[in-house]
Amino acid sequence: MIPAKFDYVKPSSVEDAVRALADGGDDAKILAGGQSLLPVLRLRLAAPSVVIDLGGIPELRRIREDGDRIAIGAMAPHHDVLRDELVTQHVELLSKATATVADPQVRHRGTLGGALAHADPAGDLGAVALALDAEFVIAGASGTRTVSAAEFFQDYFTTAIGEGEILTEVRFPKYTGWRTHYEKFNRTAQAWSMVAVAVALKVDGGSIAEARVGLTNMGTTPIRASGVEAALVGQQATADAAQAAAEHATEGTAAPSDADAAADYREHLARVLTGRAVLAAAG
Amino acid sequence: MTTTENRPEIGQSRVRKEDARLITGRTRYTDSITPTGCLHIAVVRSPLSHATILSIDTEAAKQAPGVHGVYTLADLGGEEIGMPCAWPITPDQKAPQRPMLAKDTVHFAGEGVAVVVARTLAEARDAAELVEIDYDPLDPVLDMEAALAEGATLVHPDLGTNESATWVFDSGEAGTGGSVTEAIAAAEADPDQVVVKRRFRQQRLIPAFMEPRSCVVDPTGEQIVVWSATQVPHILRTMTTVTLGVPESKLRVIAPDVGGGFGGKIGVLPEEMLTVVLAQKLRKPVKWTETRSECMLTAHHGRDQIQDITITARKDGTITGLDVKLLADMGAYLGLVGPGVPVLGAFMFNAIYKVPAYRFATTNVFTTKTLTDAYRGAGRPEATFGIERIIDELAVELGREPLELREQNWIKHEEFPYTTVCGLTYDSGDYEQATARAKELFDYDALRREQAERRERGDKVQLGIGISTFTEMCGLAPSRVLGSLAYGAGGWEAASIRMLATGKVEVITGASAHGQGHETAFSQIVADKLGVPFEDVEVLHGDTASSPKGLDTYGSRSLVVGGIAITMAADKVIDKAKKIAAHLLEADEGDIEFSGGQFTVRGTGQGKAIQEIAFAAFMAHDYPEGMEPNLDSDAVYDPENFSFPHGTHLAAMEVDTETGRVNLRHYVCVDDIGNVVNPLIAEGQVHGGLAQGIAQALFEEANYDDQGTLVNGTFVDYTLPSAADLPSFTTEIVSTPATSNPLGVKGVGEAGTIASTPAIVNGVLDAVRHLGVADIEMPTTSQRVWRALQEAKGRSTQETPIDTHSPGAGLGSIDPNNPQGEV
Repeated sequence: MIPAKFDYVKPSSVEDAVRALADGGDDAKILAGGQSLLPVLRLRLAAPSVVIDLGGIPELRRIREDGDRIAIGAMAPHHDVLRDELVTQHVELLSKATATVADPQVRHRGTLGGALAHADPAGDLGAVALALDAEFVIAGASGTRTVSAAEFFQDYFTTAIGEGEILTEVRFPKYTGWRTHYEKFNRTAQAWSMVAVAVALKVDGGSIAEARVGLTNMGTTPIRASGVEAALVGQQATADAAQAAAEHATEGTAAPSDADAAADYREHLARVLTGRAVLAAAG
Repeated sequence: MTTTENRPEIGQSRVRKEDARLITGRTRYTDSITPTGCLHIAVVRSPLSHATILSIDTEAAKQAPGVHGVYTLADLGGEEIGMPCAWPITPDQKAPQRPMLAKDTVHFAGEGVAVVVARTLAEARDAAELVEIDYDPLDPVLDMEAALAEGATLVHPDLGTNESATWVFDSGEAGTGGSVTEAIAAAEADPDQVVVKRRFRQQRLIPAFMEPRSCVVDPTGEQIVVWSATQVPHILRTMTTVTLGVPESKLRVIAPDVGGGFGGKIGVLPEEMLTVVLAQKLRKPVKWTETRSECMLTAHHGRDQIQDITITARKDGTITGLDVKLLADMGAYLGLVGPGVPVLGAFMFNAIYKVPAYRFATTNVFTTKTLTDAYRGAGRPEATFGIERIIDELAVELGREPLELREQNWIKHEEFPYTTVCGLTYDSGDYEQATARAKELFDYDALRREQAERRERGDKVQLGIGISTFTEMCGLAPSRVLGSLAYGAGGWEAASIRMLATGKVEVITGASAHGQGHETAFSQIVADKLGVPFEDVEVLHGDTASSPKGLDTYGSRSLVVGGIAITMAADKVIDKAKKIAAHLLEADEGDIEFSGGQFTVRGTGQGKAIQEIAFAAFMAHDYPEGMEPNLDSDAVYDPENFSFPHGTHLAAMEVDTETGRVNLRHYVCVDDIGNVVNPLIAEGQVHGGLAQGIAQALFEEANYDDQGTLVNGTFVDYTLPSAADLPSFTTEIVSTPATSNPLGVKGVGEAGTIASTPAIVNGVLDAVRHLGVADIEMPTTSQRVWRALQEAKGRSTQETPIDTHSPGAGLGSIDPNNPQGEV
């Protein structure tokens, strides 16, 4: 279908983008790859007066090493994230989760920042960012600020990005040498996650020294499975330990019910998949 | 140039000559045709399933930029126009008039209420949003059994009932078999017999063809030219005359390249009629192209039946009776052939088995949902599912190996031709051969051993083996049989062959393709028949100006009916050419032999190529007395019988008992489709058919909420599988040539879809039946499987909601505070 009429601007710097956003007022929407925005426009579920395309700001696509972090520009396409050696080496979990996002066409168009800012709880990358304590760099008229992943995700499709602000970069601490796995469960190969579990483990001599576990689509935001993490630390990476820890997977969740899965099934899946993800990560 | 030395074209796996243009899109689909000055229309559709229209305010829309006009049915004077239904299955069938736009009541969500005409499509869509319609909601009618109950809300109160018709076949009354009532009574009284009753549900499916529907009408010439993305250009022309009164001679209908249909483009659409009416009214070309969302919401759906099946058998496994009672959801109105879809299944529940007594009854029911009509297999997938599922249930009841029970009851190869309990005569088949080969390719015994081992050790992944030994009737159809079923048309097909002056050949077929590869397959047939190079044959179709006569493409009929018409036309060309050859070679016609494109005088080296004869006929300087200088020939073929392909399909299904996830590990099918013109095309048809049949078993269902809203009307949530969801199929073809047509061919277009659905479900159940699961409704999603396993353990689980998805949000999650996903 054809979207309702809108103005289109393509700024070439973050400053210009912020200005365009201020000029656009309440109705302005950011285009950051368009894999969620364009369907909504085409179905006329949204009719913004102006669409601000961030695709013309080269520095927002950059992936770089920033001391003990890997800083990924918000407009880096999933495909770039997937192929980036810094990401593979230091943030392997992000790489693995990104590989499960939709299909190659979507991964070439869709961006890391776009997906995180959209904050769909069924999206795969929020649980990773949350589990790995990523930092979100947000630019506005008065400069930039940084928020933690825990602060960033607030509700369904709602983040800490304020009016007039733009997500510019996502910084991941290095998890070099950690063992990771993203266990995704969906109805068809390219569908959204019904439930998914992101796991990163620091394994020392067969025993789990640190654990980070995030859940996809088990609430209105990505959810950190702190109970699972606590139960894993200090354990040998065995099936029994994974199973025991997985029993904590639904703590603090509020699983949605929809056509794919009712809440009780999602809760069951969260436990089963957490156990599997931990075992797979531990290798 | 001759092909004398070449191997025959028939049997070669030629790459389809139409594919380059179809795949690259460098061709003309209907929407790519825009006559000069063309106006565009957008249909304003009801969001409610059942409501009285209180008022329609078009003023604001009329003022919008670029708008030419905004019309309701009354504005168009269209109140008397009703869309055609060509299949009154009973004399007293209740058929409501389906208007082009809702008159005063909407009967399903998505029904058109008004239409906007504008200079551009964008302007039409903008203005469509400005049309204000006030509705007074009525109760939706969603459940078929509730719809038939006393006091139910009526979809069409003037009909006095929600029952459209009940159609019955009883072998006792027809004299083709015994009385099933007696057979069931006898079985119930006989300790040596069993009676197995089951209810199966055929969920509603969306045909999901790739190219949305589109129609362009140019009224500016002597003939009104209608381009449409349709499977049935010839039927569309006749039905436009019937519906609108435009003389047939004043209509030229063109189906240019059409991007798929699967039966979904067999209808005659209110939007097509609207486009014609508007073009006539405005005297300008007008185009309608639907969006994907409109397509999924309003293009007819398929399946949607409840099947109550009773089978009786002796304890030794011999089937003694079969009783089938269907409820079939027609939706809000009757489609072009919708009422007949269950009837097409009536003759196939007995399938390959020797059933002595059989009764079939379908009750067609109105609901406030989208219409149903033909979808790949049309009636036969439902029948095949019913019988192949109940045979497995009978095997469980009797403790028999399911494949052996089938073999005990099926028609043996030496018993062909065999007249069934429905009175159909199966001309040929060899179920033993197909089954033996399938078992071998599948390594059936090894998988049974693995299954036993997994059960034994309580593996979390259980293995099931699904079986479907199907047959179907296709090649629609003998005209007399269709007449006896009150179908509103014949089943013949027409062909013409034109020999051009330079020796090239034009083949005209009435079977208009929408992606099947007719151009390639028909060229192969003609190349062999006339002995001309494949490249020299051009196949023309889909334009009533160039191919004036035809009944189009559906029901696996193109090769077995249309292909035969072509061979008959080719024979006539040869007969004519032989006379001219004899004349030019100064020989007796009886001494002329024709082979490999050469006419030769028997016993001499003298001869002439068919191209030379074509040129001689064109020049007409020297040809026999009493003959026209012309080789061109026409033929119409009306088959005497259906075609009965069959096959054995085996599926290895893995079920993860922890998550309920079903994995199709391996799929083997051996299909007997008679002689094969192009094995590559046949294999492609089988692959695509399997994907669609497997999708019914595992993935697809059109879900409505309790208000009658389609809740998964986008490709985000209507879960069509992709290649990534399916394994590599092992397909093989064995050939018992059909004896009912000169090429010995059988239809293949629907076989994979018809056969595969029960194989998958039988396999899923075979994996978990020992855990206490008796049945799982389709699609057997992981959630349904998990719930069935929980219930088998005596644990209750939550109801599965289907009403929380919003239509078309294109999002992974739905915010309950903002269910439409507005941003």
